[in-house]
Amino acid sequence: MTADVAVLGVGMHPWGKWGRGFSEYGAMAARAALADAGLQWRDIGSIVGADTVRGGYPGYVAGATFAKALGWQGARVTSVYAACASGAQAVATARAQILAGLTDVVLVVGADAAPKGFFRPAGGDRHDDPDWLRFRLLGATNPAYFGLYARRRMAVHGDTLEDFALVKVKNAAMGALNPHARYRKRVTAEEVAASAVVADPLRLLDICATSDGGAALVLSSLEFARRRGVPRPVRIRAVSTVTPRYPSTVLDLPDIATDSAAAVDPPGETFRASIARAAYEEAGIGPEDLSLAEVYDLSTALELQWYEDLGLCGEGEGAKLLREGATSLGGRIPVNASGGLASFGEAVPAQALAQVCELTWQLRQAAGERQVSGARAGITANQGLFGHGSSVIAVR
Amino acid sequence: MSRTHTPAVSGWFTGEGDAFRLLGTRCSACASVFFPREDVHCRNPGCPGGGLEEVALSPRGRIWSYTDSRYRPPSPYVSDPELPWEPYALIAVELESERIVVLGQAVSGVTVADLAVGMEVEAVPGVLHEDAETTWTIWKWRPTGVTA
Repeated sequence: MTADVAVLGVGMHPWGKWGRGFSEYGAMAARAALADAGLQWRDIGSIVGADTVRGGYPGYVAGATFAKALGWQGARVTSVYAACASGAQAVATARAQILAGLTDVVLVVGADAAPKGFFRPAGGDRHDDPDWLRFRLLGATNPAYFGLYARRRMAVHGDTLEDFALVKVKNAAMGALNPHARYRKRVTAEEVAASAVVADPLRLLDICATSDGGAALVLSSLEFARRRGVPRPVRIRAVSTVTPRYPSTVLDLPDIATDSAAAVDPPGETFRASIARAAYEEAGIGPEDLSLAEVYDLSTALELQWYEDLGLCGEGEGAKLLREGATSLGGRIPVNASGGLASFGEAVPAQALAQVCELTWQLRQAAGERQVSGARAGITANQGLFGHGSSVIAVR
Repeated sequence: MSRTHTPAVSGWFTGEGDAFRLLGTRCSACASVFFPREDVHCRNPGCPGGGLEEVALSPRGRIWSYTDSRYRPPSPYVSDPELPWEPYALIAVELESERIVVLGQAVSGVTVADLAVGMEVEAVPGVLHEDAETTWTIWKWRPTGVTA
Protein backbone atom coordinates (compact mmCIF):
# COMPACT_ATOMS: atom_id res chain seq x y z
CA MET A 1 0.00 0.00 0.00
CA THR A 2 1.12 3.55 -0.75
CA ALA A 3 1.26 6.05 2.11
CA ASP A 4 -1.55 8.59 2.45
CA VAL A 5 -1.35 12.29 1.78
CA ALA A 6 -3.55 14.86 3.52
CA VAL A 7 -6.10 17.12 1.84
CA LEU A 8 -5.49 20.30 3.81
CA GLY A 9 -7.63 22.59 1.72
CA VAL A 10 -10.12 22.61 -1.14
CA GLY A 11 -11.59 25.45 -3.16
CA MET A 12 -13.71 26.03 -6.23
CA HIS A 13 -14.75 28.85 -8.49
CA PRO A 14 -18.45 28.27 -9.22
CA TRP A 15 -19.20 26.54 -12.54
CA GLY A 16 -21.05 28.52 -15.18
CA LYS A 17 -20.52 30.46 -18.40
CA TRP A 18 -18.78 33.50 -17.03
CA GLY A 19 -17.01 34.72 -20.15
CA ARG A 20 -13.63 35.28 -18.50
CA GLY A 21 -10.24 33.56 -18.76
CA PHE A 22 -9.40 30.20 -17.21
CA SER A 23 -6.51 31.59 -15.17
CA GLU A 24 -8.88 33.86 -13.27
CA TYR A 25 -11.08 30.89 -12.29
CA GLY A 26 -8.02 28.85 -11.31
CA ALA A 27 -6.46 31.60 -9.22
CA MET A 28 -9.73 32.21 -7.40
CA ALA A 29 -10.12 28.48 -6.65
CA ALA A 30 -6.47 28.38 -5.51
CA ARG A 31 -6.97 31.27 -3.10
CA ALA A 32 -10.07 29.56 -1.71
CA ALA A 33 -8.15 26.31 -1.19
CA LEU A 34 -5.26 28.13 0.50
CA ALA A 35 -7.67 29.94 2.81
CA ASP A 36 -9.40 26.64 3.57
CA ALA A 37 -6.00 25.16 4.48
CA GLY A 38 -5.06 28.19 6.57
CA LEU A 39 -1.91 28.65 4.49
CA GLN A 40 -0.31 31.49 2.57
CA TRP A 41 0.68 31.01 -1.06
CA ARG A 42 4.28 31.62 0.03
CA ASP A 43 4.09 28.48 2.22
CA ILE A 44 3.60 26.28 -0.87
CA GLY A 45 6.64 24.37 -2.13
CA SER A 46 5.21 23.14 -5.42
CA ILE A 47 2.33 23.94 -7.75
CA VAL A 48 0.83 21.46 -10.22
CA GLY A 49 -1.46 22.78 -12.93
CA ALA A 50 -3.91 20.67 -14.93
CA ASP A 51 -3.74 22.01 -18.47
CA THR A 52 -6.50 23.17 -20.78
CA VAL A 53 -6.21 23.03 -24.58
CA ARG A 54 -8.63 25.95 -24.89
CA GLY A 55 -6.52 28.73 -23.39
CA GLY A 56 -3.73 28.99 -25.96
CA TYR A 57 -0.12 28.66 -24.78
CA PRO A 58 -0.93 29.70 -21.17
CA GLY A 59 -3.32 26.74 -21.04
CA TYR A 60 -0.53 24.29 -21.96
CA VAL A 61 1.63 25.60 -19.11
CA ALA A 62 -1.18 25.95 -16.60
CA GLY A 63 1.06 25.41 -13.57
CA ALA A 64 3.17 28.44 -14.45
CA THR A 65 0.12 30.46 -15.50
CA PHE A 66 -1.51 29.97 -12.10
CA ALA A 67 1.82 30.57 -10.27
CA LYS A 68 2.24 33.88 -12.07
CA ALA A 69 -1.37 34.89 -11.41
CA LEU A 70 -0.88 34.20 -7.70
CA GLY A 71 2.46 36.05 -7.75
CA TRP A 72 5.84 34.44 -8.45
CA GLN A 73 7.24 33.03 -5.22
CA GLY A 74 9.73 30.48 -6.54
CA ALA A 75 7.71 27.27 -6.06
CA ARG A 76 8.59 24.16 -8.07
CA VAL A 77 6.18 23.98 -11.05
CA THR A 78 4.59 21.15 -13.05
CA SER A 79 1.92 21.17 -15.77
CA VAL A 80 0.12 17.99 -16.77
CA TYR A 81 -2.42 17.04 -19.41
CA ALA A 82 -4.64 13.96 -19.69
CA ALA A 83 -7.89 15.35 -21.12
CA CYS A 84 -10.75 14.72 -18.66
CA ALA A 85 -8.30 12.88 -16.39
CA SER A 86 -5.90 15.84 -16.11
CA GLY A 87 -6.99 16.58 -12.55
CA ALA A 88 -6.18 13.06 -11.40
CA GLN A 89 -2.77 13.25 -13.07
CA ALA A 90 -2.16 16.49 -11.19
CA VAL A 91 -3.12 14.83 -7.89
CA ALA A 92 -0.89 11.85 -8.70
CA THR A 93 2.03 14.17 -9.45
CA ALA A 94 1.54 16.15 -6.25
CA ARG A 95 1.27 12.99 -4.19
CA ALA A 96 4.44 11.54 -5.70
CA GLN A 97 6.34 14.73 -4.89
CA ILE A 98 5.13 14.68 -1.28
CA LEU A 99 5.80 10.97 -0.76
CA ALA A 100 9.24 11.30 -2.37
CA GLY A 101 10.05 14.03 0.13
CA LEU A 102 10.57 16.70 -2.53
CA THR A 103 8.19 19.05 -0.76
CA ASP A 104 5.75 19.05 2.17
CA VAL A 105 2.84 20.86 0.61
CA VAL A 106 1.57 21.18 -2.97
CA LEU A 107 -1.10 23.35 -4.57
CA VAL A 108 -3.03 21.57 -7.33
CA VAL A 109 -5.13 23.72 -9.69
CA GLY A 110 -7.27 23.10 -12.76
CA ALA A 111 -9.54 25.49 -14.62
CA ASP A 112 -11.20 25.86 -18.00
CA ALA A 113 -13.15 28.36 -20.05
CA ALA A 114 -15.28 26.33 -22.46
CA PRO A 115 -16.85 27.47 -25.72
CA LYS A 116 -20.55 27.05 -26.42
CA GLY A 117 -21.61 23.85 -28.15
CA PHE A 118 -19.61 20.76 -29.08
CA PHE A 119 -15.98 20.37 -28.09
CA ARG A 120 -13.86 20.29 -31.23
CA PRO A 121 -10.33 19.12 -32.00
CA ALA A 122 -7.17 21.21 -32.19
CA GLY A 123 -7.00 23.29 -35.37
CA GLY A 124 -5.10 22.69 -38.59
CA ASP A 125 -5.04 19.79 -41.07
CA ARG A 126 -4.16 16.95 -38.74
CA HIS A 127 -4.41 13.69 -40.68
CA ASP A 128 -2.39 11.75 -38.10
CA ASP A 129 -4.58 12.83 -35.16
CA PRO A 130 -7.40 10.38 -34.33
CA ASP A 131 -9.35 13.18 -32.65
CA TRP A 132 -9.21 15.32 -35.80
CA LEU A 133 -10.02 12.32 -38.02
CA ARG A 134 -13.16 11.28 -36.16
CA PHE A 135 -14.59 14.75 -36.67
CA ARG A 136 -13.38 15.11 -40.26
CA LEU A 137 -14.30 11.65 -41.56
CA LEU A 138 -17.38 10.84 -39.47
CA GLY A 139 -18.60 14.01 -37.76
CA ALA A 140 -18.47 11.90 -34.60
CA THR A 141 -18.92 14.37 -31.74
CA ASN A 142 -18.54 13.39 -28.08
CA PRO A 143 -22.33 13.02 -27.68
CA ALA A 144 -22.32 10.57 -30.62
CA TYR A 145 -20.13 8.22 -28.57
CA PHE A 146 -22.40 8.72 -25.55
CA GLY A 147 -25.33 7.79 -27.80
CA LEU A 148 -23.56 4.59 -28.91
CA TYR A 149 -22.96 3.54 -25.28
CA ALA A 150 -26.54 4.32 -24.31
CA ARG A 151 -28.03 2.35 -27.21
CA ARG A 152 -25.72 -0.56 -26.45
CA ARG A 153 -26.92 -0.63 -22.83
CA MET A 154 -30.53 -0.60 -24.01
CA ALA A 155 -29.87 -3.57 -26.29
CA VAL A 156 -27.71 -5.61 -23.90
CA HIS A 157 -29.15 -4.77 -20.48
CA GLY A 158 -32.65 -3.57 -21.29
CA ASP A 159 -32.09 -0.05 -19.92
CA THR A 160 -34.86 2.36 -20.89
CA LEU A 161 -34.99 6.05 -21.73
CA GLU A 162 -36.82 6.53 -18.45
CA ASP A 163 -33.92 4.92 -16.56
CA PHE A 164 -31.58 7.43 -18.16
CA ALA A 165 -33.92 10.33 -17.36
CA LEU A 166 -34.06 9.26 -13.70
CA VAL A 167 -30.28 9.69 -13.45
CA LYS A 168 -30.76 13.33 -14.45
CA VAL A 169 -33.65 13.74 -12.03
CA LYS A 170 -31.50 12.37 -9.18
CA ASN A 171 -28.41 14.44 -10.01
CA ALA A 172 -30.38 17.65 -10.57
CA ALA A 173 -32.04 17.21 -7.17
CA MET A 174 -28.62 16.97 -5.49
CA GLY A 175 -27.08 19.72 -7.63
CA ALA A 176 -29.89 22.04 -6.53
CA LEU A 177 -28.31 21.85 -3.06
CA ASN A 178 -24.77 22.72 -4.22
CA PRO A 179 -23.77 26.40 -4.37
CA HIS A 180 -20.88 25.61 -6.75
CA ALA A 181 -23.07 23.92 -9.36
CA ARG A 182 -24.04 25.70 -12.58
CA TYR A 183 -27.56 24.24 -12.80
CA ARG A 184 -29.42 24.45 -9.53
CA LYS A 185 -32.96 23.59 -10.61
CA ARG A 186 -34.66 20.28 -10.04
CA VAL A 187 -35.60 18.51 -13.27
CA THR A 188 -38.44 16.07 -13.96
CA ALA A 189 -38.36 12.97 -16.15
CA GLU A 190 -40.96 14.68 -18.34
CA GLU A 191 -38.61 17.61 -18.89
CA VAL A 192 -35.83 15.24 -19.95
CA ALA A 193 -38.20 13.46 -22.33
CA ALA A 194 -39.32 16.78 -23.81
CA SER A 195 -35.79 18.03 -24.50
CA ALA A 196 -34.38 17.76 -28.02
CA VAL A 197 -32.65 14.56 -29.19
CA VAL A 198 -28.94 15.30 -29.69
CA ALA A 199 -27.53 11.85 -30.41
CA ASP A 200 -30.18 9.15 -30.47
CA PRO A 201 -31.27 7.87 -27.95
CA LEU A 202 -29.91 10.70 -25.79
CA ARG A 203 -31.54 14.07 -25.35
CA LEU A 204 -30.13 17.42 -24.39
CA LEU A 205 -30.85 16.85 -20.70
CA ASP A 206 -29.14 13.43 -20.81
CA ILE A 207 -25.84 15.01 -21.88
CA CYS A 208 -23.59 17.22 -19.80
CA ALA A 209 -22.90 20.78 -20.90
CA THR A 210 -19.48 22.37 -21.29
CA SER A 211 -18.71 24.88 -18.56
CA ASP A 212 -16.30 27.41 -17.13
CA GLY A 213 -14.98 26.55 -13.70
CA GLY A 214 -11.94 26.10 -11.50
CA ALA A 215 -11.00 23.78 -8.64
CA ALA A 216 -7.97 23.54 -6.40
CA LEU A 217 -6.56 21.32 -3.66
CA VAL A 218 -3.84 21.84 -1.08
CA LEU A 219 -2.18 18.47 -0.45
CA SER A 220 0.48 17.79 2.17
CA SER A 221 2.32 15.10 4.04
CA LEU A 222 0.52 13.77 7.13
CA GLU A 223 3.41 15.09 9.23
CA PHE A 224 2.97 18.59 7.80
CA ALA A 225 -0.76 18.39 8.55
CA ARG A 226 -0.03 17.36 12.13
CA ARG A 227 2.38 20.28 12.55
CA ARG A 228 -0.35 22.58 11.27
CA GLY A 229 -2.68 21.30 13.97
CA VAL A 230 -4.75 19.02 11.74
CA PRO A 231 -4.40 15.59 13.35
CA ARG A 232 -7.26 13.98 11.42
CA PRO A 233 -7.31 15.35 7.87
CA VAL A 234 -9.15 13.84 4.93
CA ARG A 235 -6.54 11.55 3.38
CA ILE A 236 -6.01 10.48 -0.19
CA ARG A 237 -5.40 6.75 -0.03
CA ALA A 238 -5.28 5.83 -3.71
CA VAL A 239 -4.84 7.51 -7.08
CA SER A 240 -5.41 5.31 -10.12
CA THR A 241 -4.00 6.60 -13.39
CA VAL A 242 -3.88 3.32 -15.33
CA THR A 243 -4.02 2.88 -19.10
CA PRO A 244 -6.04 0.23 -20.99
CA ARG A 245 -4.69 -3.22 -21.72
CA TYR A 246 -4.47 -4.61 -25.24
CA PRO A 247 -6.78 -5.42 -26.85
CA SER A 248 -9.18 -2.73 -25.66
CA THR A 249 -12.51 -3.84 -27.11
CA VAL A 250 -14.90 -1.07 -26.04
CA LEU A 251 -15.10 1.69 -28.64
CA ASP A 252 -13.73 4.77 -26.88
CA LEU A 253 -13.43 8.44 -27.72
CA PRO A 254 -11.78 9.51 -29.96
CA ASP A 255 -11.21 6.18 -31.73
CA ILE A 256 -12.77 5.15 -35.02
CA ALA A 257 -12.31 1.46 -34.19
CA THR A 258 -11.47 -0.79 -31.25
CA ASP A 259 -8.39 -2.94 -31.02
CA SER A 260 -8.83 -6.29 -32.71
CA ALA A 261 -9.10 -9.34 -30.47
CA ALA A 262 -8.30 -11.68 -33.37
CA ALA A 263 -4.86 -12.67 -32.08
CA VAL A 264 -5.09 -11.94 -28.35
CA ASP A 265 -8.14 -12.50 -26.15
CA PRO A 266 -9.36 -9.34 -24.43
CA PRO A 267 -8.56 -8.93 -20.73
CA GLY A 268 -11.22 -10.18 -18.33
CA GLU A 269 -12.35 -6.65 -17.44
CA THR A 270 -13.00 -3.47 -19.37
CA PHE A 271 -10.72 -0.46 -19.11
CA ARG A 272 -13.21 1.41 -16.93
CA ALA A 273 -13.47 -1.52 -14.50
CA SER A 274 -9.67 -1.75 -14.34
CA ILE A 275 -9.44 1.93 -13.33
CA ALA A 276 -11.54 1.26 -10.23
CA ARG A 277 -9.87 -2.06 -9.44
CA ALA A 278 -6.44 -0.41 -9.39
CA ALA A 279 -7.77 2.21 -6.97
CA TYR A 280 -9.35 -0.39 -4.69
CA GLU A 281 -6.16 -2.47 -4.66
CA GLU A 282 -4.03 0.52 -3.77
CA ALA A 283 -6.42 1.63 -1.02
CA GLY A 284 -6.93 -1.84 0.39
CA ILE A 285 -10.70 -1.36 0.41
CA GLY A 286 -13.55 -2.51 -1.79
CA PRO A 287 -16.82 -1.11 -3.08
CA GLU A 288 -18.60 -2.40 0.04
CA ASP A 289 -16.53 0.01 2.16
CA LEU A 290 -17.60 3.15 0.27
CA SER A 291 -19.92 5.81 1.65
CA LEU A 292 -20.24 7.69 -1.63
CA ALA A 293 -18.95 7.93 -5.21
CA GLU A 294 -18.46 10.81 -7.62
CA VAL A 295 -18.51 9.45 -11.18
CA TYR A 296 -18.14 11.08 -14.58
CA ASP A 297 -21.71 11.34 -15.84
CA LEU A 298 -20.90 12.78 -19.26
CA SER A 299 -24.27 11.25 -20.03
CA THR A 300 -27.01 9.79 -17.87
CA ALA A 301 -26.42 6.33 -19.38
CA LEU A 302 -22.72 6.51 -18.63
CA GLU A 303 -23.44 7.00 -14.93
CA LEU A 304 -25.23 3.63 -14.88
CA GLN A 305 -22.20 2.08 -16.57
CA TRP A 306 -19.95 3.44 -13.82
CA TYR A 307 -22.09 1.80 -11.12
CA GLU A 308 -21.17 -1.53 -12.66
CA ASP A 309 -17.55 -0.66 -13.38
CA LEU A 310 -17.05 0.45 -9.76
CA GLY A 311 -18.58 -2.80 -8.53
CA LEU A 312 -21.48 -1.04 -6.80
CA CYS A 313 -23.70 -3.65 -8.46
CA GLY A 314 -23.38 -6.50 -10.93
CA GLU A 315 -23.11 -6.09 -14.69
CA GLY A 316 -26.39 -4.95 -16.17
CA GLU A 317 -27.84 -4.04 -12.76
CA GLY A 318 -27.10 -0.30 -12.87
CA ALA A 319 -30.65 0.77 -13.67
CA LYS A 320 -32.01 -1.48 -10.92
CA LEU A 321 -29.61 0.06 -8.39
CA LEU A 322 -30.77 3.52 -9.46
CA ARG A 323 -34.46 2.65 -9.27
CA GLU A 324 -34.01 1.18 -5.78
CA GLY A 325 -32.81 4.60 -4.68
CA ALA A 326 -29.45 3.21 -3.56
CA THR A 327 -27.55 5.95 -5.36
CA SER A 328 -29.74 8.85 -4.18
CA LEU A 329 -29.06 10.94 -1.11
CA GLY A 330 -30.08 8.75 1.82
CA GLY A 331 -29.46 5.58 -0.17
CA ARG A 332 -26.86 2.88 0.45
CA ILE A 333 -24.21 4.48 -1.80
CA PRO A 334 -25.09 7.98 -2.99
CA VAL A 335 -23.53 8.71 -6.39
CA ASN A 336 -22.82 12.28 -7.47
CA ALA A 337 -24.05 13.94 -4.31
CA SER A 338 -22.42 17.06 -5.77
CA GLY A 339 -24.96 16.99 -8.59
CA GLY A 340 -22.38 15.52 -10.95
CA LEU A 341 -21.64 16.74 -14.43
CA ALA A 342 -25.39 16.88 -14.95
CA SER A 343 -25.45 19.89 -12.62
CA PHE A 344 -21.99 21.28 -13.30
CA GLY A 345 -21.30 20.79 -16.99
CA GLU A 346 -17.74 19.82 -17.78
CA ALA A 347 -14.80 22.14 -17.13
CA VAL A 348 -12.31 19.54 -18.29
CA PRO A 349 -9.09 19.98 -16.25
CA ALA A 350 -11.01 21.13 -13.16
CA GLN A 351 -13.55 18.34 -13.11
CA ALA A 352 -11.54 15.50 -11.54
CA LEU A 353 -10.37 17.99 -8.89
CA ALA A 354 -13.95 19.10 -8.28
CA GLN A 355 -14.77 15.45 -7.60
CA VAL A 356 -12.06 15.38 -4.90
CA CYS A 357 -13.38 18.66 -3.45
CA GLU A 358 -16.77 17.01 -3.04
CA LEU A 359 -15.30 13.92 -1.37
CA THR A 360 -13.40 16.21 1.01
CA TRP A 361 -16.45 18.23 2.02
CA GLN A 362 -18.45 15.04 2.47
CA LEU A 363 -15.76 13.32 4.55
CA ARG A 364 -15.46 16.43 6.73
CA GLN A 365 -19.24 16.28 7.25
CA ALA A 366 -19.29 19.80 5.80
CA ALA A 367 -21.47 19.28 2.70
CA GLY A 368 -24.51 21.03 4.13
CA GLU A 369 -27.90 19.95 2.81
CA ARG A 370 -26.37 17.36 0.49
CA GLN A 371 -24.35 15.69 3.27
CA VAL A 372 -24.07 11.90 3.03
CA SER A 373 -24.52 11.00 6.68
CA GLY A 374 -21.54 9.37 8.34
CA ALA A 375 -19.39 9.46 5.19
CA ARG A 376 -16.04 7.76 5.85
CA ALA A 377 -14.73 6.70 2.43
CA GLY A 378 -15.38 7.89 -1.08
CA ILE A 379 -14.23 7.22 -4.62
CA THR A 380 -14.05 9.38 -7.72
CA ALA A 381 -13.98 7.88 -11.19
CA ASN A 382 -13.40 9.28 -14.62
CA GLN A 383 -11.73 8.52 -17.88
CA GLY A 384 -9.80 10.86 -20.14
CA LEU A 385 -9.62 10.64 -23.93
CA PHE A 386 -6.73 8.65 -25.36
CA GLY A 387 -6.62 6.06 -22.56
CA HIS A 388 -6.35 7.92 -19.26
CA GLY A 389 -7.76 6.29 -16.16
CA SER A 390 -8.64 8.51 -13.24
CA SER A 391 -9.84 7.43 -9.84
CA VAL A 392 -9.13 8.79 -6.36
CA ILE A 393 -10.09 7.17 -3.06
CA ALA A 394 -10.24 9.43 -0.01
CA VAL A 395 -10.93 8.41 3.58
CA ARG A 396 -11.20 9.98 6.98
CA MET B 1 -18.88 19.19 -64.43
CA SER B 2 -16.78 16.16 -63.65
CA ARG B 3 -15.09 15.94 -60.27
CA THR B 4 -12.14 13.73 -59.40
CA HIS B 5 -13.02 10.97 -56.91
CA THR B 6 -10.45 11.02 -54.12
CA PRO B 7 -10.49 9.11 -50.82
CA ALA B 8 -10.97 11.46 -47.85
CA VAL B 9 -8.30 9.39 -46.12
CA SER B 10 -5.54 7.54 -47.90
CA GLY B 11 -5.12 3.76 -47.70
CA TRP B 12 -8.13 2.96 -45.49
CA PHE B 13 -10.35 1.47 -48.21
CA THR B 14 -10.26 0.35 -51.82
CA GLY B 15 -12.41 -0.90 -54.69
CA GLU B 16 -15.76 -0.09 -56.26
CA GLY B 17 -19.20 -1.62 -55.91
CA ASP B 18 -19.18 -5.19 -54.59
CA ALA B 19 -15.38 -5.18 -54.52
CA PHE B 20 -15.28 -2.33 -51.99
CA ARG B 21 -13.26 -3.23 -48.87
CA LEU B 22 -11.94 -1.52 -45.78
CA LEU B 23 -8.17 -1.91 -45.59
CA GLY B 24 -6.21 -2.60 -42.44
CA THR B 25 -2.90 -4.21 -41.68
CA ARG B 26 -1.97 -7.52 -40.08
CA CYS B 27 1.15 -8.35 -38.10
CA SER B 28 3.09 -11.21 -39.69
CA ALA B 29 4.33 -12.37 -36.28
CA CYS B 30 1.17 -12.42 -34.12
CA ALA B 31 -1.65 -11.97 -36.69
CA SER B 32 -3.10 -8.96 -34.85
CA VAL B 33 -5.21 -6.83 -37.18
CA PHE B 34 -5.25 -3.04 -37.13
CA PHE B 35 -7.80 -0.56 -38.40
CA PRO B 36 -7.01 2.26 -38.85
CA ARG B 37 -3.87 0.74 -40.27
CA GLU B 38 -0.62 0.53 -38.34
CA ASP B 39 2.30 0.55 -40.74
CA VAL B 40 5.30 0.83 -38.44
CA HIS B 41 4.92 -1.23 -35.26
CA CYS B 42 2.57 -3.95 -34.07
CA ARG B 43 0.68 -2.66 -31.01
CA ASN B 44 0.31 -6.06 -29.33
CA PRO B 45 2.55 -5.64 -26.24
CA GLY B 46 3.21 -9.40 -26.18
CA CYS B 47 4.50 -9.48 -29.76
CA PRO B 48 8.17 -9.16 -30.64
CA GLY B 49 7.01 -7.20 -33.69
CA GLY B 50 6.67 -8.44 -37.22
CA GLY B 51 6.12 -6.89 -40.61
CA LEU B 52 2.73 -5.30 -41.14
CA GLU B 53 0.92 -6.39 -44.28
CA GLU B 54 -2.11 -4.76 -45.83
CA VAL B 55 -5.30 -6.82 -45.52
CA ALA B 56 -8.86 -6.31 -46.64
CA LEU B 57 -11.32 -6.48 -43.75
CA SER B 58 -14.49 -8.56 -43.84
CA PRO B 59 -17.08 -6.73 -45.94
CA ARG B 60 -19.94 -7.54 -43.56
CA GLY B 61 -20.50 -7.36 -39.85
CA ARG B 62 -23.18 -6.89 -37.22
CA ILE B 63 -24.28 -3.69 -35.54
CA TRP B 64 -22.64 -3.27 -32.09
CA SER B 65 -24.47 -0.01 -31.54
CA TYR B 66 -25.75 3.04 -33.41
CA THR B 67 -26.69 6.67 -32.94
CA ASP B 68 -27.11 9.80 -35.02
CA SER B 69 -26.04 13.44 -35.24
CA ARG B 70 -29.10 15.66 -34.94
CA TYR B 71 -26.96 18.79 -34.87
CA ARG B 72 -24.31 19.93 -37.31
CA PRO B 73 -20.88 18.71 -36.10
CA PRO B 74 -18.19 21.36 -35.81
CA SER B 75 -15.24 21.79 -38.18
CA PRO B 76 -13.19 19.95 -39.37
CA TYR B 77 -16.38 18.11 -40.45
CA VAL B 78 -17.27 19.71 -43.76
CA SER B 79 -20.87 20.73 -44.38
CA ASP B 80 -22.54 23.59 -46.21
CA PRO B 81 -23.79 26.07 -43.58
CA GLU B 82 -26.16 27.50 -46.21
CA LEU B 83 -28.10 24.24 -46.39
CA PRO B 84 -30.40 22.92 -43.66
CA TRP B 85 -28.71 20.25 -41.55
CA GLU B 86 -29.60 16.69 -42.54
CA PRO B 87 -28.95 14.27 -39.65
CA TYR B 88 -27.18 11.02 -40.50
CA ALA B 89 -26.86 7.79 -38.55
CA LEU B 90 -23.55 6.54 -37.18
CA ILE B 91 -23.07 2.78 -36.86
CA ALA B 92 -20.46 0.85 -34.87
CA VAL B 93 -20.04 -2.54 -36.54
CA GLU B 94 -18.46 -5.68 -35.13
CA LEU B 95 -16.54 -7.73 -37.69
CA GLU B 96 -16.63 -11.34 -36.55
CA SER B 97 -13.39 -12.76 -37.83
CA GLU B 98 -11.30 -9.67 -37.00
CA ARG B 99 -13.06 -9.25 -33.60
CA ILE B 100 -12.98 -5.49 -34.09
CA VAL B 101 -15.63 -2.76 -33.97
CA VAL B 102 -15.45 -0.11 -36.71
CA LEU B 103 -17.44 3.12 -36.68
CA GLY B 104 -18.86 4.65 -39.86
CA GLN B 105 -21.72 6.72 -41.18
CA ALA B 106 -24.79 4.94 -42.47
CA VAL B 107 -25.64 5.41 -46.13
CA SER B 108 -27.98 8.35 -46.63
CA GLY B 109 -31.64 7.49 -46.31
CA VAL B 110 -31.01 5.01 -43.50
CA THR B 111 -32.09 6.41 -40.13
CA VAL B 112 -31.84 5.07 -36.58
CA ALA B 113 -35.43 3.86 -36.95
CA ASP B 114 -34.19 1.37 -39.57
CA LEU B 115 -31.44 -0.06 -37.35
CA ALA B 116 -31.12 -2.59 -34.53
CA VAL B 117 -28.20 -3.96 -32.55
CA GLY B 118 -27.17 -7.25 -34.14
CA MET B 119 -28.42 -6.37 -37.64
CA GLU B 120 -26.12 -7.29 -40.53
CA VAL B 121 -24.56 -4.42 -42.47
CA GLU B 122 -21.94 -4.14 -45.20
CA ALA B 123 -19.23 -1.62 -46.03
CA VAL B 124 -20.00 0.34 -49.20
CA PRO B 125 -18.37 3.28 -50.95
CA GLY B 126 -19.91 6.65 -50.16
CA VAL B 127 -19.39 10.37 -50.50
CA LEU B 128 -18.22 12.43 -47.54
CA HIS B 129 -18.48 15.82 -49.25
CA GLU B 130 -17.81 17.57 -52.56
CA ASP B 131 -16.04 20.75 -53.50
CA ALA B 132 -15.47 22.43 -56.88
CA GLU B 133 -12.98 19.87 -58.20
CA THR B 134 -13.23 16.84 -55.94
CA THR B 135 -15.69 14.26 -54.67
CA TRP B 136 -14.20 13.10 -51.37
CA THR B 137 -15.03 9.43 -50.82
CA ILE B 138 -15.44 7.46 -47.59
CA TRP B 139 -16.73 4.13 -46.32
CA LYS B 140 -20.36 3.86 -45.23
CA TRP B 141 -22.38 1.09 -43.61
CA ARG B 142 -25.52 -0.20 -45.28
CA PRO B 143 -27.94 -2.80 -43.90
CA THR B 144 -27.64 -5.87 -46.13
CA GLY B 145 -31.40 -5.91 -46.51
CA VAL B 146 -31.26 -2.48 -48.21
CA THR B 147 -30.31 -2.11 -51.85
CA ALA B 148 -30.61 1.66 -52.26
